[in-house]
Amino acid sequence: MSAWFLAFATLLLLSLAGALWRIWRGPEPADRMMAAQLVGTGGVGVVLLLAAASDWQMLDVALVLALLAAFAAIAFVKAQSVDGSGDPEEDPVSPAAGTDPTTIQPGRAPDAR
Amino acid sequence: MPADIVTLVLCGAGLVFFFAGTAGIIRFPDTLTRLHALTKADNVGLGLLITGLAFQAPDWQSVGKLVLIWAMALIAAGTTAQLVARSALQQQDTSQ
Repeated sequence: MSAWFLAFATLLLLSLAGALWRIWRGPEPADRMMAAQLVGTGGVGVVLLLAAASDWQMLDVALVLALLAAFAAIAFVKAQSVDGSGDPEEDPVSPAAGTDPTTIQPGRAPDAR
Repeated sequence: MPADIVTLVLCGAGLVFFFAGTAGIIRFPDTLTRLHALTKADNVGLGLLITGLAFQAPDWQSVGKLVLIWAMALIAAGTTAQLVARSALQQQDTSQ
C-alpha cells in the first residue's frame, strides 16, 4: 500500500517539474509567483502522501507548508506594490498620501517597476 | 481491503486534477487564465487526495488534521489568487 503512495508522490513531483518550466519561461513576475504557488500546493500533496506511506506525524509538516505558501504569495504582492505596503486601495502609480516612494522604495531594479 | 481501493481511486483522481492544473499553467495563453486554472485544479486535486487519505488515517485526530489542511489550503489559495491577480493587473496597467 505504501508503495502506491510513493508512486503517487513521484508522479506529483513530475507535475511540479511542469511548474519549473513555467518559472523559467514565465513572462511576467506574476507567472513565476503562480508556479511557486503550484509548488506549494503540490508540495503539500507530496508531504501528505509521504505521511500516508510512512509516518502520520508529518501531517503537521503539510499544514505548515500550506501556511507558508500563502505567506509567500502575500510577500510577493507586497513587494510588487509601489511603496511596499500592498495597500489594495492605493493608486497603482502614485503611492498612498504622505509616503514618498523614493525614500522607502524597497530595493528593486529600476526596470522592475 | 475496500478502503484501500477507495483510497487509490480518490488519490488517482486527485493526481489527474494536479496534472490538469500543471497542463493549464503551461498551456494557457494569458496570466489570469493560468492563475484561474492553477488555483481551481490544484485545490480539487488536493481535496480528492485528502478524502482518499482520510480512509487510511489511523485515528480521528489525523482525519481532523487532514480536513484542517484542506480548509487552510482552500482559504489561502482563494485569497492569494485574488491578490496576485490584482497585482498582475496593476503591473499591466502601469506598463502600458
